[in-house]
Amino acid sequence: MAAKEFKCTVCGYVHKGDKAPDVCPLCQAPASKFEPVKKELNTNGNVYTVVYAAVMVIIVAFLLVFVSDSLKERQQVNVIQDTYKQILYSLNIREIGDVSATYNSTIEGDYLLNSNGSLKKNDGEFCTSYKTEFKNGRLHVFKAVVNGETKYVIPVNGLGLWGDIWGYVALNEDCKTVYGTYFSHASETPGLGGELAQQYVQERFIGKKVHDGSDITLTVVKFGQAKNDESKVDGMTGATITSNGVNSMLRTVLEAYKPFILSNSNK
Amino acid sequence: MANKNKEILGQPIWGNNPVVVQILGICSALAVTAQLKPAIVMGLSVTVIVALSNVVISLLRKTIPNRIRIIVQLVVVAALVTIVSEILKAFAYDVSVQLSVYIGLIITNCILMGRLEAFAMQNGPKESLLDGIGNGLGYAAILIAVAFVRELLGSGTLFGFQVIPQWCYDHGYMNNGMMLMSPMALILVGCIIWIHRAQFKDLQEK
Repeated sequence: MAAKEFKCTVCGYVHKGDKAPDVCPLCQAPASKFEPVKKELNTNGNVYTVVYAAVMVIIVAFLLVFVSDSLKERQQVNVIQDTYKQILYSLNIREIGDVSATYNSTIEGDYLLNSNGSLKKNDGEFCTSYKTEFKNGRLHVFKAVVNGETKYVIPVNGLGLWGDIWGYVALNEDCKTVYGTYFSHASETPGLGGELAQQYVQERFIGKKVHDGSDITLTVVKFGQAKNDESKVDGMTGATITSNGVNSMLRTVLEAYKPFILSNSNK
Repeated sequence: MANKNKEILGQPIWGNNPVVVQILGICSALAVTAQLKPAIVMGLSVTVIVALSNVVISLLRKTIPNRIRIIVQLVVVAALVTIVSEILKAFAYDVSVQLSVYIGLIITNCILMGRLEAFAMQNGPKESLLDGIGNGLGYAAILIAVAFVRELLGSGTLFGFQVIPQWCYDHGYMNNGMMLMSPMALILVGCIIWIHRAQFKDLQEK
């Protein structure tokens, strides 16, 4: 521990010791002209820097873990509610008061597809990540009853221009035509590809033909080219890649559901 | 003192605006201004984050080792953004969905680093708070002005509501799709800088 330092206010001489010298050796100023030098924290040392960084990182890490852990439950509830909402949106139910109640009264069940096209009840918990489910070959189908009619909701996933796009496609009971859709995206361009999340784009799919009896025909084309074609849907202006993404997303997913769709149509 | 505080708060909103004078945060100004709603949400979030991180850094300023100060600033900003994003996810899920991409953009917003480095490292927490709020609002103001023009001319809507009547479209009016492209935001920011420089002649380059 170094001794205290005193600085002469007249000439700037620094004296080391327990108290100020009686007379300044340089300018002969009296002791009263000396001021104690306040020790500044040395913030440039290597040890200090490393310890500072380590402590900071540990504090921040604990803080983040604490925040994330204490909010996890609430967030999970929100994600499930949001998934419910998206499924209901695809069934053209857009004004929702109590999400859980509406979901429970509309959706009759969460089913998984067998390879032969038949359905079996999903015994597991409600899932919120249909991308991984699709990859793992667990094909979900939600059976819904809207105004006394049976509808099937299929979750779809794909890639847009900048990131993931996903959605839910509701089919009529015979699986020949689309009843409604809901799409959303992680990071498409606002105003262009981002319009995918808008109702007016999603409503373009309503009533479109899904298949021609053997192949999936539902296609997203460039804006203005769909005309009145029964299975073509207009994409978004200025968002060709997002529109193509929606197209291949629908193609890939519906292709996997083909056994179910065709067998329902042939009933 | 009160006058000085007023200046710290008021200056960045127009006279020393972070976007048009300091030319900070331009990239996010291009990205989020195609529509008004994300622009406002982004403006407010940046205001909150700049103010908070300014205060934290200002409190720590005397202890921060000089050589790793940028890293310290970055860690503080990133931690704050993550916490705010987690809180939004838990209590305002719809807002957090709205913000999805922008929340990440906040961390990289140069206004944050600029203000931390230029102001919070030298000033007390109270002044830093005001400086943060002022700069955030200044940024938000420019974003809102640009987004207003872009959404109105690009989509004919404001906040998603149709404002240009169908009558105009029937008579040949068309939305200007160019407005939705990011280069137009740059041109609009340029126009704002033009107006600004006309008012503050001493900032004009010779």
